[in-house]
Amino acid sequence: MKEIIYYPGCTLKNTAKNFEDSALACAEELGFELRELKNWYCCGTVYSLTSDDLMHHIATVRNLLRVQEEGEDRFTTLCSMCYNTLKRSSKRINENDDDREKINSFMDEEENDYEGKVDIIHYLQLLRDEIGFDKIKEKVKKPLKSLKLAPYYGCLLLRPIEAAIDDPDSPSILEDLITVMGGEVAYFPFKNECCGAYQTVSEVDLVVERARNIIGNAKRNGADALLVSCPLCAFNLDNRQKNVLEKYTDFKGIPVLYFTEALALALGLDVEVCHFDLHYQSIEELVKEIE
Amino acid sequence: MAFQLSKEGVRSDFIKKIEELSAEEISACYHCGKCSAGCPSVDYMDLLPNQIIRAIQFGDIETLRTSNTPWICASCNMCYVRCPRGIDLCSIMEAVRQMMLRENMDHIDIKNYPDKLAGLPPIALVSALRKLSS
Amino acid sequence: MKRMGLFICHCGTNIADTVDVEGLAKKFTSYPGIMFSTTYKYMCSHPGQELISKSIKEHKLDGVIVAACSPTLHEMTFRKVTRTSGVNPYQCEIANIREQCSWVHTDRVKATEKAERIIRSIIEKVRLNEDLQPIKVDVTRKALVIGGGIAGIQAALDIADSGYPVVLVEMKSSIGGHMAQLSETFPTLDCSQCILTPKMVEVASHPNIELLTYSEVKKIDGYVGNFTVTIEAKAKGIDWELCTGCGKCSEVCPVSVPSEFERGLGKRSAIYTTFPQAVPNKPVIDSESCLKIKTGGCGLCEKECDVGAINFSREFTYREEEVGAVVVATGYELYPILNISEYGGGEFEDVIDGLAFERLLSASGPTGGEIKRPSDGKVVEDIVFIQCAGSRDPEKHKPYCSRICCMYSTKQAMLFKHKVHHGQPYIFYIDIRSGGKGYEEFVERAQREDGVIYIRGKVSKLYRDNDKVKIVGVDTILNKPVEIEADLVVLAMAIIPSPGTEELTNILKVQTDENGFLQEIHPKLRPLESTTAGFYFAGCAQAPKDIPDAVSQASGTAVKVVSLFSGDYLQLEPTIATVDEDVCSGCRICISVCPYQAREFDEKKGIVRVNEALCESCGACVAACPSGASDQKNLTDKQISTMATAIIKEDEDG
Repeated sequence: MKEIIYYPGCTLKNTAKNFEDSALACAEELGFELRELKNWYCCGTVYSLTSDDLMHHIATVRNLLRVQEEGEDRFTTLCSMCYNTLKRSSKRINENDDDREKINSFMDEEENDYEGKVDIIHYLQLLRDEIGFDKIKEKVKKPLKSLKLAPYYGCLLLRPIEAAIDDPDSPSILEDLITVMGGEVAYFPFKNECCGAYQTVSEVDLVVERARNIIGNAKRNGADALLVSCPLCAFNLDNRQKNVLEKYTDFKGIPVLYFTEALALALGLDVEVCHFDLHYQSIEELVKEIE
Repeated sequence: MAFQLSKEGVRSDFIKKIEELSAEEISACYHCGKCSAGCPSVDYMDLLPNQIIRAIQFGDIETLRTSNTPWICASCNMCYVRCPRGIDLCSIMEAVRQMMLRENMDHIDIKNYPDKLAGLPPIALVSALRKLSS
Repeated sequence: MKRMGLFICHCGTNIADTVDVEGLAKKFTSYPGIMFSTTYKYMCSHPGQELISKSIKEHKLDGVIVAACSPTLHEMTFRKVTRTSGVNPYQCEIANIREQCSWVHTDRVKATEKAERIIRSIIEKVRLNEDLQPIKVDVTRKALVIGGGIAGIQAALDIADSGYPVVLVEMKSSIGGHMAQLSETFPTLDCSQCILTPKMVEVASHPNIELLTYSEVKKIDGYVGNFTVTIEAKAKGIDWELCTGCGKCSEVCPVSVPSEFERGLGKRSAIYTTFPQAVPNKPVIDSESCLKIKTGGCGLCEKECDVGAINFSREFTYREEEVGAVVVATGYELYPILNISEYGGGEFEDVIDGLAFERLLSASGPTGGEIKRPSDGKVVEDIVFIQCAGSRDPEKHKPYCSRICCMYSTKQAMLFKHKVHHGQPYIFYIDIRSGGKGYEEFVERAQREDGVIYIRGKVSKLYRDNDKVKIVGVDTILNKPVEIEADLVVLAMAIIPSPGTEELTNILKVQTDENGFLQEIHPKLRPLESTTAGFYFAGCAQAPKDIPDAVSQASGTAVKVVSLFSGDYLQLEPTIATVDEDVCSGCRICISVCPYQAREFDEKKGIVRVNEALCESCGACVAACPSGASDQKNLTDKQISTMATAIIKEDEDG
């Protein structure tokens, strides 16, 4: 059983518990143990973009330091937002000696200095590069034969280039995963269009319009469900369907699930990992079809 | 009323600070509009993203202060990835926001959303507060 | 004892503002060997030259040092003056105190001191210079033109009309290039093939032009005026001596593959002629798709041929040609759509490039000139042109502007409107560049008469929506995002050098720039000459340009070639490497370092000698020679030593 340190991030422990449970279960089935990072902190959710701001990187660096202290030089995460923030931060701090020195001096209460050698990969990269889609195909017990799935990447897995896990406009990692799970890939040009992200707090109407457009396009192309990789996207595209319905009474929703939930179902794992109650749009029908 | 262009306005401290914070060559923008074409939040903005760049190029601080565009921006990076001249608009928008936030103002106040907060994932709250408040 | 004169130029304020030229001129009057030292405001002017001439005669000078701008600009000017004043021109040398001194420093004291050292070193050089005579070589008065597009055709015709023989080599089976694929040309809307084919026919029938199509240049040896070229004729599979061009073979061929001429929108057979007005109008066999060649079956064409011209031969043949000058006119290709994933990356049938659209517009094209969607053949009603696809994009694609796209998209939009009266063309642009003669009026006509809508903004992406292509763009004038549902999208893709250009430039040893285009010596004043002597450039191979410019440039190369041929002989620079035969041990290290293959080993004597005509005076052999046998005329080891001493020695007066 291979092992890799796993960074959950805040949301995966409450509103996105299904993301974590299904991912851990899948990894175990595929021969990888995801060992949770000890004493992890909130990563900060967003990468601070101003050139003079080092303080906001401390959150991420503390986590990198924790990984280093466990004697590892890499770790993985599920939430796209955590991945993007950690990746961009680690790149900046790893490659910039001056910044790293400054941050180490800000964190002088820490026992050790961060040496700048820790890297992060996303769970999807783990699936593609280390486990391999062929191996996953072998382990699929309940192929998602009748399902047409729309892979939704959102923004942070593919942009900017320094953090991208695939080509920003024609990615294939989720499509390949859907194919090996036995499902059909829906043509989905909105796969990398932003869901509205944090505007969901103060500009709900914006997110309503985005959700309507994205889901509308998925439905136009015959998708049965949307696969996502970020708890914020899941919230904006799933839970906010309620708000969309309030504005557009003729709106027809679509089930939204994390790609790890789909994978868990395809691998024939316990349906419990999907936590039906955490989904707004019910996935029970979907699950029944797969079973 | 015509906007008065002057060398003092174009090279004011406010503008120079924005360039410094974003670490981008704002003068390189040739306003092709590809950023604005791909922006997912553009329908809610009073000015297109490239118009904000124009305001910075001309030193039009008034417009930068009053436009809602930097606050509607969701930092999705589509503009950066599309720009033919590789200008990181996300960083520029952040710089404009920070110029105002660092004057001790908040764009959103958590007190205004007590009922809507329930059910919001922590990730949404934290990121919104980090981006839109000081 | 050499009698030398020093002439320091003010160059207006260019030198005099930073370097104390008057002070230096005075100081040098007492320098050993200097008989006369003076300054002038603009030494290169007529009075300046007169001053030098007069001084040479008055002071009986036999060495001249001009301290001025770079020798690349006026060395020839001052050497000519020296020669006409009765002194060997190679006794005149330039001390560059502008580009290498006054233009890069601001401290007057230090700059003046530096200028003094530079001048000293050149004086020492001239002190030991010998009289030299230019090397005369014969010229083979025959030209090679590589590339049979409009530029190559024009160059070949002009050289041939001047009375000199030309070999025109073209890699495709017919000449004509991309111009043959166009429907109509801007701004006159002439039928492209109608104006091109007369020239093509003229090439074929010209007594001075030998046309070698389906051929490529594989090797070149020699130097300007004396090249030996190896030309490979690819296997046609047909004996063109016997073939009458009747075309029956193509008609019976059962194979159907995408046609390159039709840009993939139409088909051709395995045995095919590129297009109906091809010159030569004879077919070739595509061995990759020919059934007889691949499997041994079929052979229908062979049976059909009345003259037995089809032999399915796979033999490549080679011939050598002696030529004196080479014109490179290898043309362009379009940057592939697959590089731009936000525009579909080549996966959408209804998103095509400009050349493919030309085929749809052409009456002889795959749809007979009807504008039908490649996906389902429906008549196109909403058509969108996207400019700058891949151009003006230093971040991900090509940094330069491809120059012709604004005009050809305008033309294509107009031609579309002429064919589909109820259709609507839209053009997304950043700028409209219409600087040529009649071009701006052409764009105005597109707006007034044909209702073309120009949208100022780039398209962020496009995607399939049912059977249409959805365009997501913006108009930065109305300041609104703009979306269009299009039947067909035409991308104005960037112009890139044609495939095979890089390989060819390695064979020819001509320089290319960072974008792969042929590098001219000077972009303003010598835009069609290569840095390698004897090579001239015409057409898009040198930089993107329209047909009038390509034709003008081609005629320009013809004049250069004819001027090369018009003298009795060529004169080459004599400042070449030498070998002291008594010292040379025959180790041959110099041969391995020479980039111009200018050193030959003399088996009998056991030493190396220099080929005077090939040596380009680079000095690599001089540096590499372990015994000191190799030296260079007027840049001897001794001279370099005295020059270096002159530079570093400190002034006795401080």
